[in-house]
Amino acid sequence: MPTVHFTDAAGATTTINANTGDSVMETAVRNGVTAIVAECGGSLSCATCHVFVAESDLPTLEPMGEMEDEMLYGTAVDREDNSRLSCQLRMTEGQDLHVTTPETQV
Amino acid sequence: METLTVPSLAGADAPESGTATGLLIVGASQSGVQLAISLRALGYTEHITLLGDEDHRPYQRPALSKEFLQDKVGSESLIFRTNDYWIEHNITLIKGERIESVDSNTDGSGIAHGASGSTYPYARLALTVGARPRHLEAPGAELDGVVYLRNADDALRLKELAPATTDVVVVGGGFIGLEAASSLASMGKRVTVLEYGPRLVGRAVGEETSEYFLTEHRKRGLDIRIGARIEQILDDGHGTVDGVRLADGSGITAQIVLVGIGVIPNTELGEALGLEVNNGIVVDAGALASDGTTIVVGDVANMPNPVPGAPKGERIRLESVNNAIEHAKVAAYSLMGRSEEYAGIPWFWSNQADMKLQIAGLSTGFDSTVIRKDPDKGKFTVLYYRNGRIIAADAVNAPLDFMAVKQALAAGKSIDPVAAADPATMLKTLIA
Repeated sequence: MPTVHFTDAAGATTTINANTGDSVMETAVRNGVTAIVAECGGSLSCATCHVFVAESDLPTLEPMGEMEDEMLYGTAVDREDNSRLSCQLRMTEGQDLHVTTPETQV
Repeated sequence: METLTVPSLAGADAPESGTATGLLIVGASQSGVQLAISLRALGYTEHITLLGDEDHRPYQRPALSKEFLQDKVGSESLIFRTNDYWIEHNITLIKGERIESVDSNTDGSGIAHGASGSTYPYARLALTVGARPRHLEAPGAELDGVVYLRNADDALRLKELAPATTDVVVVGGGFIGLEAASSLASMGKRVTVLEYGPRLVGRAVGEETSEYFLTEHRKRGLDIRIGARIEQILDDGHGTVDGVRLADGSGITAQIVLVGIGVIPNTELGEALGLEVNNGIVVDAGALASDGTTIVVGDVANMPNPVPGAPKGERIRLESVNNAIEHAKVAAYSLMGRSEEYAGIPWFWSNQADMKLQIAGLSTGFDSTVIRKDPDKGKFTVLYYRNGRIIAADAVNAPLDFMAVKQALAAGKSIDPVAAADPATMLKTLIA
């Protein structure tokens, strides 16, 4: 079963077992990780599911598309090189992903 | 117990019989769910009951006309929260129950009576009952195959009919109609869109955006008829839709007639409670109805226009996910005895085929526009100005423009219209 570790801006970590194929955003929201807002429900319209991905996990992810890239310029906390929108990250079998959530999403 | 049928329960256990829930939220909608979640985030400790009339766990609606209809996401993806979440947060879900009447007291407490025969005593009441589709008035509108698209059951019905369907008529060229039309076209159906008015999405966007969508949808194969009048929906002889006849005498074959001509706010419970009703249930800036105790949130609420700089006393009823969320937050503060302003700028989105429309702000009352186009990348933006200041934007496949306008509005700033006319200039650099 894939696992996601969410570390918030204060340093507290929540670990959640995910379903293969679900997005990191869905995994967070359904389980009440409040640092992911996801107003638009994953349709790549709101940029409120911003996460910073651990450097060592970056190579395991699918590359981002142009729309995600542009949306990342509108996040509440400025993007960094390891920024992604978590609605675009699908969990794969056995994946162990570490992300940090920004202080605010809106 | 006098319960006739037992409503399905999920989440945390309900209070024992005869004990009131702290807050009864009628409407397991986006706004109802957000109200419960926001209250818990603010430290509200009373038991919460979230009651809905559908037989589904609380779910998100936007995908119903898009990814869900196209089978790109399953029903599990639409669910707001796991059952464990509701249990851990002491929130009882009640599905498949409709509140038919309410006995209320002046202190805000009361007893709600369900269609099942069950009663729900509460200390405080919130109505997040939303809106229902406006029904088409035309001969044949009751035929099998005439469908609406508001709820999961509507979408499931549409998915059930789709495989045996080659031709669809969509009545209404608004967001729902165009989203569903695009979805059905991508599923291989021949789709005709009938718009009664002079242009597409007339209620939500300006003329330039309407014209853009008309041109682009026609390029992608949708047959769109503007100013179309339906005379009759045709019967195949067995009570099922066979097509549509228009006032100009032309006929269109269809096995499905999908109607998306707007919604009517569900004000009945509000009226029964004696609340002021006028295009929705009237609320104050704290989401409180005219009795001073009932909370009303979301599509059903007629509220003071929350946009900074809006004319004093202007009222508005917004039908959007963003409003459901932000209005619910205001209501949650209100229930906690705090007065907090509505946060942020109203925004909307609509995905149609490969076109991603994002709207920031409300364009009502604009006096000039600036167009930014990049046809090679399929980008198209309309900026709306009033008295030289920006008030809104429609952005298609142009999230940077959308974000920049949203940020400018939230900061009470504008964007120079002359400089903004050059599509190569980043709007973000013009916020001042």
